[in-house]
Amino acid sequence: MKTKNVMIVGVGGQGSLLASKLLGRLLLTKGYDIKVSEVHGMSQRGGSVVTYVRFGEKVYSPVIDEGEADFIVSFELLEAARHAQYLRADGRIIVNTQQINPMPVITGAAQYPADLVEKMKAAGIAVDAMDALSLAVAAGSAKATNIVLMGRLSKYFDFPQEEWMQAIADSVPAKFLEMNKKAFALGAQ
Amino acid sequence: MKTLMLGNEAAARGLYEAGCSFVSSYPGTPSTEITECAAKFSEIYAEWAPNEKVAMEAAFGASFAGKRSFCGMKHVGLNVAADPLFTISYTGLSAGMIIGVADDAGMHSSQNEQDSRHYARAAKLPMLEPSDAAESLAFAKLAYEISEQFDAPVLLKMCTRVAHSQSVVEPSDRVVPPQKPYIKNPQKYVMMPGNAKRRHPVVEERMRALTAYAETAPCNRIERGTQNKLGIITSSTCYQYVREVCGEDVSVLKLGMIYPLPEKLLLDFASSVTRVVVVEELDSFIETHCRNLGIAVEGKSLFSNIGEFSQNTVAKALGLPANSGSVLSEQIPPRPPVMCAGCPHRGLFYTLSKRKLTVLGDIGCYTLGAAAPLNAMDYVLCMGGSISGVHGFNKANDGASEKKTVAVIGDSTFMHSGMTGLVNIAYNDSNSTVIILDNSITGMTGHQQNPTTGYNLKGDPAAKVDLEALCRALGIRRVRVVDPYDLKQCDTAIQEELAADEASVIISRRPCALLKYVKLKEPVVVSSERCVSCGMCMKIGCPAISMVGGKAVIDDTLCTGCGVCTQLCKFGALCAKEASDE
Repeated sequence: MKTKNVMIVGVGGQGSLLASKLLGRLLLTKGYDIKVSEVHGMSQRGGSVVTYVRFGEKVYSPVIDEGEADFIVSFELLEAARHAQYLRADGRIIVNTQQINPMPVITGAAQYPADLVEKMKAAGIAVDAMDALSLAVAAGSAKATNIVLMGRLSKYFDFPQEEWMQAIADSVPAKFLEMNKKAFALGAQ
Repeated sequence: MKTLMLGNEAAARGLYEAGCSFVSSYPGTPSTEITECAAKFSEIYAEWAPNEKVAMEAAFGASFAGKRSFCGMKHVGLNVAADPLFTISYTGLSAGMIIGVADDAGMHSSQNEQDSRHYARAAKLPMLEPSDAAESLAFAKLAYEISEQFDAPVLLKMCTRVAHSQSVVEPSDRVVPPQKPYIKNPQKYVMMPGNAKRRHPVVEERMRALTAYAETAPCNRIERGTQNKLGIITSSTCYQYVREVCGEDVSVLKLGMIYPLPEKLLLDFASSVTRVVVVEELDSFIETHCRNLGIAVEGKSLFSNIGEFSQNTVAKALGLPANSGSVLSEQIPPRPPVMCAGCPHRGLFYTLSKRKLTVLGDIGCYTLGAAAPLNAMDYVLCMGGSISGVHGFNKANDGASEKKTVAVIGDSTFMHSGMTGLVNIAYNDSNSTVIILDNSITGMTGHQQNPTTGYNLKGDPAAKVDLEALCRALGIRRVRVVDPYDLKQCDTAIQEELAADEASVIISRRPCALLKYVKLKEPVVVSSERCVSCGMCMKIGCPAISMVGGKAVIDDTLCTGCGVCTQLCKFGALCAKEASDE
């Protein structure tokens, strides 16, 4: 099979590392070759963060380049737009519509662009926009936004539900398992 | 069983499987997790040393005692440890020793983009360079074999994309070689001139033996293509990019041992193809070696020596089809890293900014004080550079800058290499003001313990350096502590210490807001009626505060209730939760 590319983008501290860990665990049980590239250190502090997940028969490069992503899962709206050029022509952006102002917007040096979902759609990009934050809060915690988005991503893969559940169980503390399962189900609706 | 591991985690696994018993490191992105993962094995003694030089010497001591050892650091850390490095090359070892060094092409989290491969050549030591997690594990084990066979420490060179990428590895069991008996041998280990003169020829002979070894080393291999037109010489993560874009027609010489480089293997490979291209990030290390052998290669004529590569970089340079995506016409504002909401450094930096002081900064989270809107930093050089620099700055200005200049440095950085600079201030008598930002942890690299926190790497209680007593012992008489959440206290202390006629240290003390034990307060409450849109609260660059429709808004998910903004609001629009309840 051709290597599949999933980019997870967001703001440092939003929990994208857990999402890539979960995805990696699931893909490993499927017998794929996998590479997951993360960012640690300085850019984690509220900066723009990117994680690359690649899987297939044999994966070489740990990074995803422009025009290569089958999916971009974005934890924040502006970050989806920032990384749109990484999407393949037939790729899809799954985006949490939550807006987090970057410092240049907070200080008034720049404006947060308006109507980004519409603008991305107008540019011919397949966008699956959702208020993942509200769904996570409904499930029990804003921190489960990452799991809500993984739930939405699961709709585009053929993996059985129980395999996703097992990957969640392996990735989150036991006391938060039920809440995260609920968040996943809400995302997958 | 197959499992996914970060390159760093896999390297730690390799240390474990090879029977490594001693690890001493200083944290630094992207090297930190090797040591953190090694510390999880109860069979390995692992510690954070105060700096890389101490770590390397400690690891050497363990090898001298006959047990396999490791020390890890980022590229700039190897500069700090360069002194022991060059002489351990002369003494050699008893048991095997690995020096892990992680480069950061692309400078994701570093102050420079140096190419650490040059150290292997300069110190005349072997260097291995894995290209993924599986090789990180395998090369760590191989490195101990080479180290003991050739009586030299081996440099294990990582880079960000190998260190921080997960891939599939297959772990195996730990095998511990017996401890080597201690035999006193001053001719080999006491490096005074008479002995060192006898050791240098040994080093040169070792280089010849290692070069011969490199010709058939298991980590160097040729992947023969179907045609003999293009041949690529590459290593590390660049190998992955090459394999990603080049088809089966291309031959690849994949080098796992980057120093010393094989001669015959390179010559034979080059003569088997019509065109040879070297693909390597940063400097022309392999390329220069090939040219010295008389091989006509292309390299930096096609590739940049700045930044990191990707598959598209390689495709474009080789004239192969590269992918591209559609760019939105929209202007996307950048999202630089920021000081976290509740960061104890914020109140202190606001004070420095308000007083328009010249600030000589250092390496750590607080380097973010240089960013807008605080803009409270004038230089950042290296670990410890703030304190030594402020002394030189004030001396050169004949004291004229003393009343408006400070050095700022974190607790861990002060332990690393700030102390000696402070001794210089006291000993050579400059009236300098030093601020130690003590947040009780090594923050930027992801919360590592250090000698000021009272805990060690394994999480056990440990001796805790008393910073106040230490500064006094180093010769500073004026030492005071402030709470950076208290703006008035910060301002008074800074003004008084700058006005004083002798050197002083201000310790700005409050634990990092991200530490688990720190009890956060309720988010600050905004009274929109009282907000007059003056924008004072926006001057501290807190990510939890924004202006919506001309009124201050607090993001409850980010706000930690630190209260710094409430002290700036003259109109009572921002209040602590308990105050607003009254």
